[in-house]
Parts: sequence; C-alpha cells; structure tokens
Amino acid sequence: MVNSQAEGLIGGVFTREKALDLIDTMLLVRSFEENAEEMFSLGKVHGTMHLSIGQEGVAVGTASALRPRHDYLLNVHRGHGHFLAWGGDVNRMMAEFTGKETGYCRGRGGSMHIADVEANNLGAQGIVGGNMPISVGVGLSIKAHQTDQVALCIFGDGASNEGAFHESLNMASIWKLPVIYLCENNAYGMSMSIKKAINVPHISDRASAYGIPGVTVDGNDVVEVYKAMKLAEEYTRSGNGPYLVEAETYRWKGHSKSDKQAYRTRDEVKEWMSKEPIQRFAKVIGMGEEEVEQRRLTAREKIKKAVEFAESSPEPAVKDILEGVYA
Amino acid sequence: MREITYVEALREAIRMAMEKDPSVFVIGEDIGVYGGAFGVTAGLIDQFGKDRIIDTPISEAGIAGACVGAALTGMRPIGEMQFSDFVVLAMEQLTLQAAKVRFMFGGKATVPMVMRLAGGSGTGAAAQHSESLEAWFVHVPGLKVVMPSSPAEAKGLLLASIYDDNPVLFFEHKLLYKTKGPVPEEWYTTPLGKSKVVREGKHLTVVATSIEVVRAQQAAEILSKEGIELEIIDPRTLRPLDMEPIVNSVMKTGKVLIVHEAVKMGGFGGEVAAQIAESRAFGYLDAPIRRLAGLDMPIPYNRNLEAHAVPQVENIVDEARNLVKGVY
Repeated sequence: MVNSQAEGLIGGVFTREKALDLIDTMLLVRSFEENAEEMFSLGKVHGTMHLSIGQEGVAVGTASALRPRHDYLLNVHRGHGHFLAWGGDVNRMMAEFTGKETGYCRGRGGSMHIADVEANNLGAQGIVGGNMPISVGVGLSIKAHQTDQVALCIFGDGASNEGAFHESLNMASIWKLPVIYLCENNAYGMSMSIKKAINVPHISDRASAYGIPGVTVDGNDVVEVYKAMKLAEEYTRSGNGPYLVEAETYRWKGHSKSDKQAYRTRDEVKEWMSKEPIQRFAKVIGMGEEEVEQRRLTAREKIKKAVEFAESSPEPAVKDILEGVYA
Repeated sequence: MREITYVEALREAIRMAMEKDPSVFVIGEDIGVYGGAFGVTAGLIDQFGKDRIIDTPISEAGIAGACVGAALTGMRPIGEMQFSDFVVLAMEQLTLQAAKVRFMFGGKATVPMVMRLAGGSGTGAAAQHSESLEAWFVHVPGLKVVMPSSPAEAKGLLLASIYDDNPVLFFEHKLLYKTKGPVPEEWYTTPLGKSKVVREGKHLTVVATSIEVVRAQQAAEILSKEGIELEIIDPRTLRPLDMEPIVNSVMKTGKVLIVHEAVKMGGFGGEVAAQIAESRAFGYLDAPIRRLAGLDMPIPYNRNLEAHAVPQVENIVDEARNLVKGVY
C-alpha cells in the first residue's frame, strides 16, 4: 500500500484532508444503510429498500472525481451511497426514507425515487436501466446550453441487458454526448449472477460496439475508482463523447428485504467481505483501527440525529394528496 | 375443502399444467432458485429444471418476445413480469406482436401464451412498482385480460388461461398473494369471459375487480347490519367482458357502483358504466352510475397517503350507503 506517492498525495491523488472526507463519507453511508436495515426490521419504515453495504467505495470514489451539484447525477435504485456522496443532506434523506413531509421528495418518492433536483441530482431509479435513455436527453441539454457539465449515469450489471442500454450508449456515442456511464457491477441482478447473464468477460467490453472507451476497475478500491473516473471525466468534459466505466464490487446484503439469498454461497460473500472498501482505504491512508472506530461513532451520531429529525417531522397531510401531479 | 393461499393456488396450477404438458414452461426474472419475487414459482425449478423454469437477465421485452415466438411454434409459455409496472418495457411485443399476429396472418397462427403480472399498491413500493395497468390491455383487441380475486379462481383461471389459444394478460394483486381460501385439489378450469355473482343482494349492484372484490365483500358485511344488501359481481375476465350478469343485476337493483383500484379516468369502470348505459338496464336505473377508483395520481410512498390513493373498505361502505340512500 502506498502512503506517500507523487508530491505526498495519498495514492498519488488525494490530499490528506480529502482522504479523511472520503473515509467519513463512506462511514456515513455504511451507518445510514445499517440503520435503514434496523429501522426496517423494527417496522419503522414500509415498502422496500436496496442497501449498498460493501459498495461505498464506488460511490465516494466516483463523486470525488466529478463536480457534484454542478454536474448531473442520474442515480441507481441502490443509490443511498451515491446520494450522500453527491452532497445530500442526511436529515432530509432520512425524512424521505421514513415518508415525511420534510424529506427530499416530501415523502412521496421514498428510498427508490429520492432526488435532489436543486443539486442536479435527477433521482434514483425504480426501473432497471430507466435512467439510461434520460441521460441521452441530459447530454443533449448540456450541449445545447454549452456548459462544461457532464452527466453521470449510474446503473447496475442487470441494466446492461435491457434494451435501453444499447439504445442509449449508441445515441450518446453518435452525438458525442457528455455522459459518463458508470456500471456498478455488484455481481448480481437481484438473483441473477452476472456470470450467467452475459457471455463476455466484462460489461465494459461492450463499449467497443459503440466506439467509446470502456474500462473495468476494482470498485472496492477508492483510489482506482477515482483514477478511472478522473480519466473518464477529462475525456468526456472536453467534448470527446461518452465513456463507460465498470466498477466491480459486491452486494453484501440481499437484493431487497425479502431475499433469502439461496443463489449464492456464504463463502462467496465472506470472500468479498475481506475486500471491504473502508478498511482498505484506511490502510492506504495509514489510519489505525482505533481512529476508524472513532470516526464510525461520529457517523453514527449523525445518523442518530437524522433519525430524530425524521421522527419529529410531520407526516404529509392527506388534504395535499394530489399536489405535485401536475405543474 | 382444504384452504391454500393465492400464491399456492397459482403455483399448483403451473405445476399441474407442467406435469401434464411438456409444452408448458415458465420464463421470467428471478423465478428459479429465488422462486419469484413473490414466491409463486418457489420450488418449481427443483421439479422441472432450468430448461423449463427459465431465469432471464433483466430483459422484459425479451421475455415477452420469447413467449410470443415460442407460442407461435407449438409451446404454451407462461411469462412473468415481476412487477406489473415493468410490462411497459414489453409493450411492443405484447400489443403490436402478440395481440395482432393471429389477425394479420389471416387467423392461421395462434399465440397461446400467458403473461402473469404482479400488480397493485399497498406494499409501500411507491410509484413505479404499484400501478394497476389492466385498462391499457383491455383497449387492445386480440388480448384477453384476467384478474382473479380469490385463490380458487387464481388456480382455475390460470389453467384456463394456459389452455386458451390467445395471449392472456393475467393480473395478480400483491396484497392477495397471502390471502387464503378453499381450493379444489383436482384439475379444473374457470372459464374466461364469465362474470360471477359473488354475493346476492337487492339494494345495490357492486361491480368490483381484483382486491376490490375482497374489500366489497367486507363492506357488504358491514352494510348488511344496517339492512343494506349489496349484490357483488366480479367480471374476473375484463376482456372479453361478460355483461349479462351485470345488466341483469342492475335491472334488479336499479343502482350500480363500480369499484377498482386503478385510476378512475380512462379506467375499466368507464367501460362497464358505458355498457350499462347502452344496455336494456338503462331504463331501470334510479340513480346515477357511480365509480369508486384510484385517485388521479401516481401511488405515493408514504403509507398513509398510499392507503388514501385507492378505495378502501370504508370508502366502499360510504359510497354504497350514499347511493342506496339517494344522495346522488
């Protein structure tokens, strides 16, 4: 592990301050997810949710390479981590998760549809691959407005087998749209192993079919994710067209609340747990276990406060039920 | 008679058809080892193997198209849309291909496929996983649309659908999956295109579909104590639609309330209302035809708002009472 590369930067890329920020964000995401699971099991939230435990490295590595709130985010259903890494406020996020009026979507959207339009965060997706055609439109819009923004379109391995994937990458390519396609390959589309779902080694191999760059990186290595996204960002922001990054990671938990996980082995899960992104990054920056735990407690404290905020927030009023259907 | 759940009844129908007929197979997302998002196909892969319980990548258009192609060439596929909302990704194959192929080919081909869809709200799954989209398919000639409201009918209607030579959209309701009821153990089919009088009564005809049949029955129990007797009719098959029992009932009661979970505007209830108005029952009406349906909005996430977005038992009680008491 490298502690002191080029110009004293961590991993050759991060200042110490930045690195601490990244590890804190990962710990916050982890705490949010652990708490979400607990609230669900206590019956404090209904519906379903998709936890990103084990995938925090992709979220923070990606956002740190872009310009959150300036660029556009088209998020994935398993998107709590990306939402927080994009600068989301944990209180309003928790309020949305619990269906409160103070939530980002006033309790109407919930975990699966959480958006922060003011931060150019165009929302998480309930439909696999649903954000991919939308990213084409966002790309066209950026070009029309002649800004230096890029759109980050995040989807899972499962989405790469929807027709929308093909149509979107092709259009983005022929029109050289400023869209970074981030495939967060967590090995399973619900219960379908990616090994059974495609017949090429990597999803990024498909980039060649569209004449665009495609790379695969270790999604649990924050430094590697950052570097890959930075290359993608430079390429895309300077007008060369779209770029496909595949970040390989692993979903520790089931797909959603009702998943018995009969389709995979405990050994496989354990093996991936040993590649856990937070501990790995802590080693890279030379942070001891004690300090990690200290910072974890700080993250948990923030989550506790967010729960208090959410629980003391008002429910949406039934008289307002039709609000928001039309402009 | 033994009682089983709606999910078990569906599974039993699939198992019976597959045991009897090698041309029947199931194709969909997470239907194998996972057993389907709502457990309908649980265990079937152990009995029939992965060539007949086919797990697909997340590719809804592909699932629907695979059903069309297999049905055209001698198979009887059962497709699954994990949430009925996802059918929007398969619309072309279902509405432009499955529905029209037979007619376009001069009646020389058949498309004997079933697409099962898990629909409805009430699980907190929010706007993209909770819709009731049956009316879209009712509008398409060439398709049949089925909505079972009880375990017994889930089994009988599914077996009838599998053996119908037309493409059938089979809408299940997520909140009905765990409901229990008596289901015969033997093979039987419940005919498509036959409405059923679920409960007899003289004061008001209630035409309800899917979970609203269950809610209407609960409402009827409450109103019965007030001396108001509802006659409840479940069309079961929305297309083709059997209006005869509905028309006869309206001629008897003079009043009708149509209840469904789907949004009112453009919903199936409008068709029923129009057909009543066009029928010989028109002259027997002594109150306006009323509809009770989902609010004109997507399904909200918040639990309380979600419950208010679609008709509940108390809404049916209130509306039925108002109709009978001449409020309208």
